Formats: sequence, C-alpha cells, structure tokens
Amino acid sequence: MNVRFLDMGDRAFTIELDSAINPRAKARVASLDAALSAAGLDGITGTTQAFRSLTVHYDPLRARRADIQAGIEGLLDDIDATPEATPTRWALPISYDEADAPDLDAVARATGVSPDQVVEIHAGCEFLVYMLGFLPGFPFMGDLPDRLHVPRRAEPRVRVPSGSVAITGSLSAIYPWESPGGWNLIGRCPVPLFDVTRSAPALLAANDRVCFQPVTAAEAIRIEKAIRGGEVSPDSFREVVTA
Amino acid sequence: MMALNVIQPGLMTTVQDFGRAGMRRYGVPLCGALDSGWLRLANALVGNAEETAGLEIHLTGPILEAEADGIRVAVVGPALVLAGPQGEQQPVAAWRSITLKRGDRIQVKSVTEGTVAYLAVAGGFDLPEVLGSRSTYVRARMGGLDGRPLAAGDRLVMASSAPASGLDLTMSAPSVDVDAPIRVVLGPQADHFTDDALRALEKETFHVGNETDRMGMRLSGPVLRHQSKDRAEIISEGVVPGVIQVPGNGQPILLLADSQTVGGYPKIATVISADLARVARSAPGAEIRFRAVTVEVAEDAAREVERDLRSRIAAVRPLAQGYDVALLYQGNLIGGVVDCKNPDNFPGHLETHLEEPSGGMRR
Repeated sequence: MNVRFLDMGDRAFTIELDSAINPRAKARVASLDAALSAAGLDGITGTTQAFRSLTVHYDPLRARRADIQAGIEGLLDDIDATPEATPTRWALPISYDEADAPDLDAVARATGVSPDQVVEIHAGCEFLVYMLGFLPGFPFMGDLPDRLHVPRRAEPRVRVPSGSVAITGSLSAIYPWESPGGWNLIGRCPVPLFDVTRSAPALLAANDRVCFQPVTAAEAIRIEKAIRGGEVSPDSFREVVTA
Repeated sequence: MMALNVIQPGLMTTVQDFGRAGMRRYGVPLCGALDSGWLRLANALVGNAEETAGLEIHLTGPILEAEADGIRVAVVGPALVLAGPQGEQQPVAAWRSITLKRGDRIQVKSVTEGTVAYLAVAGGFDLPEVLGSRSTYVRARMGGLDGRPLAAGDRLVMASSAPASGLDLTMSAPSVDVDAPIRVVLGPQADHFTDDALRALEKETFHVGNETDRMGMRLSGPVLRHQSKDRAEIISEGVVPGVIQVPGNGQPILLLADSQTVGGYPKIATVISADLARVARSAPGAEIRFRAVTVEVAEDAAREVERDLRSRIAAVRPLAQGYDVALLYQGNLIGGVVDCKNPDNFPGHLETHLEEPSGGMRR
C-alpha cells in the first residue's frame, strides 16, 4: 500500500506503512524508526512503534510538521522489509499450571483442541514483539497459528494478576502489572518485565523474539523469589546467540 | 527542616512536572501536569526553574503546614486560598507567592472555575526522579510520593534548606475565554466516520462527563457514528494526549496526560496543544464545542501560547506588601470586607489602600 501520513494534532503524526499485521510490516516500521533516528531531523522528540505504523512526536515550537514530513519522505525509499538478522531472543519461563491458567480450559473448548495441545502450540511458538503499550512494558507479541485464535473474554476481568500470560486473536502478551484486562489467561511468567531502576525500564523491546519454556508452578515461584532476592538477573533469560 | 506537613490531602493532589516524554517507547504514558503552562507560572512566582515539580490540585486542595520559617509557596489557578496560623487563616490571592512562617498553614479550599490548580514551592520537593520525571503515575505506582496522591500525615521535604529571601512575587491572572470553541485537527481516522458525525463534532455541544480522570475525559453529546462496524476498530497505533477516540458505542473519550501510549479505537480528531489545557481543566458538566483547524494554524497557536507565557513570566513583579488587594478584587475573591490589620481602610477606597501600604499580613 501507499505510505499514509495521518494528522494527529500539532505535536504528533502517524506514518502508516502497511494495511495489516505481519512481520514484514513490522520490519518496515523498525527500519523507518532506525532511519529517522540516524537522520536526526530537527524538532522530533520521540517515536512510538506500532504494528504497521510509526508515530512521530515533535515540538511545534522547534519545527513545522511540513518540514519534518518532507525530511521523512526523503527516507522512505531506503526502508526495507527484511527482519533484523540477529534480534534479541528471550527464553522466558512459564507455568501453565491450572492455578496460573484460569482460561486454559475455555480456550481449549473454543478451539477444539485439548488443554495440553494449547500448551504445546503456545510453547512451540517463537513470538515477535510488535510493540509495547497498554501498560508500561506490556508486549504485544505474535503470531499465534490460526487454530489458537480466540476472541477477548466477553467479561473482562477487573483484576488480572501481574505476570499473567494471555492470548487473543493472533497475539500473546504478558501483563507486567496487575490491571483490568480482557485477554484469555493461559499461564504465568515469573520474570518481571518492568523495572524503573533500569535505564531501559522494559525488559523486552519492539522487534525482540520471545519463546516460552514450560516450568512447574513451584519452579516459577522459585525463579520469582530468586530474581527478587537478587540471585538471578532477568537478563539471564536472554539467549546468547552463537553465530 | 524545610518541610510541609500534609494536614489534609485534598481530593486528588499529585506531584507533577512535565512528564516522561522519552519513555514512550517502553509503553510509559507521558504523565505530567494537565496544564504545564500554569505549573510554569506557579514556578515563576517562587523563583523556581520552570520544569520544577509542583502539586496538581483537583477541585478541593490540601491543607499544608510549614515546619520552618521562610517556606515560599504560590498557587496558580482560580482557587480560593487561605493562609496563616492555624485558626487564623485568611484569604490570599492566587497568582502570587506567600512566605509561610513555622506553623502557618496554607489551604487551597476550592478551585472555583474548572477543576485544576497548581501549587509550587520555592526550591521544589526533595523527591527522586523516576524515569526522568517526578510526575505521579498512580496506575503503575510510579513517581511523586510513592506513586500515589498525597495522604494526610505525609511530609513533603523541600529540596532547598535555605529560607526564602526577598519580596513575594505576583502576576496578573490571565483571562480565559471559557466559551471559545476548542480547536481540533481532524484525524487521524476522521475518514472512519459518517458525514453526520463530522458535522456533529463541529456543530453540536458536548458536555464533560463525570467519568473523568487524568487518563481521559468522557464527553457526552451526539453519537458519533462510524461508517460501518468494521470501521469502529483499527490496528492499534500510537496515541497522544488530546486525541478524541470513539469506541463502537459512538461516545467520544478525550485522552489526557496519563493515557496509554497506543490504542485501537478510531480517533476522529485531536485537540490542538494550545487548547488542550483549557479543556483538561473543565469540570464535569461543562459545555464544550469544537472547531476544526489545520495543522499549520495549530502550530501557530502553540507558538502564540508560548509567547504569551513567556511575557507573563517576564512580567512577574515583586509585591510591595503582604496583601495585593488589587489582585483580590480582580480575582473577585473579596468584596465588602475590612482589613483587620488596617481597619480604617474600607472597600471602595482601593486606591487609598494601594497608596498607603499597611503592615501587610504575613511579612
């Protein structure tokens, strides 16, 4: 599709690069974000990556939208849709224990597979982090295979425990905070996703890859305590890439 | 110790500065003052750097008690402010600083127009920056005082240990045209809405709903219909404070400082930065009308607002005496009263009062 520049007031605008959610669109968003950062256009105060769009924030006292847009149009020919060759990969522990997965049975019923198969499919995916949002550090990750697609719960929960791993449509996510939420809860990840004392407070970043490694509920609690006690660093779940 | 003790917290009093613009990529809301212009004015009145964190007050403000002599504070906004020793508090104009003695209390009794006022303290608060800001973000228990609104019994320690010196400062209250339409730029998804909806946005009156907080403001008014059901959702993308998103029920929500960074509802329009503070300060029930302008007009307006703020800050002037009766009158905060410290001076003889300064209240 053609690139569209969408007005969003006088301090931001959104550049829409594709019409759908897919890794190719996401790669183009990441590529444009990197190009923009390298170009150092005057007046830009930040960017927000999303599935298929990049929102550019600017200071109207320092620059005009028209000038910034002209600068960006000059970069568009060079962006590419090739996903990063060596993204950061994570292997995060997950408990699919009944107590940690209140919607596992309902998902199984809705999709016509057994609960064990739901676990097998989810744990077998390598997820792409499309973007962070909704809550600080909340990763929107895809893509689940079609046979695991389920809608949001008809009754959103008032209280989703922090660490809950949830799915809806083609996406999976981890709730970094206790919050209301409508996604289907199928597990719990004991690794904290957000820490204000880190310079990059979110553990995951857009374009990272995430796999889940099943552990028992008891092991998840042990990992959680070890991280809290400072014996284990959340960074230790980053996979070391051997070329 | 230079500190203020929180005797009463007020309805929803939070520490705010300019927020966390650099943290959007981690999914952290902007946060910060709903009206950063007024926070800047409050800081100017106590000699602070403009971006110093102050207290954002909603409707009913706190009662704070000075723990030491020489704590200088200023309230900005249409607020009824009382100050003085416990039991002897007297009205003080907003839009000026006041220097508290040990045991003095300052109370922002009520915000009289809209819902928001700011209180700045000379030197600022001794609170840690969290992700580049002292702004309170309650939902993630981040910033400010343990990530929550003020509570009775809290102690706000000043970052500076030196008592205020020199004269208190004052400025004239800016006049706000509360009836002027709120200007918007249409989009990003104006093309998801029916022609009737776009017409209604500009022609009809909306009201600020009761369900309003720092995250967003519900607007009641005509239903803004999407062209079809599948145009009522979009693939989630970046949002900013000021966007007017419209869920499937057609009832618009104006996002404010604590709004999330991305959203999946179509946005019919975005309030321009020059007008966002005015609508964010509005009380439930207030009437709002919208008028569409271009991005260029919005940018010009932003520059004009900045020029106006700078000239107001440049015009801050010392207060020759404790009371600035002229300001009290201008703010309609007093009328028909006798100054107990200057009983011969009657209302109506304002010029006399100004020419023959009395001892003043708190100096």
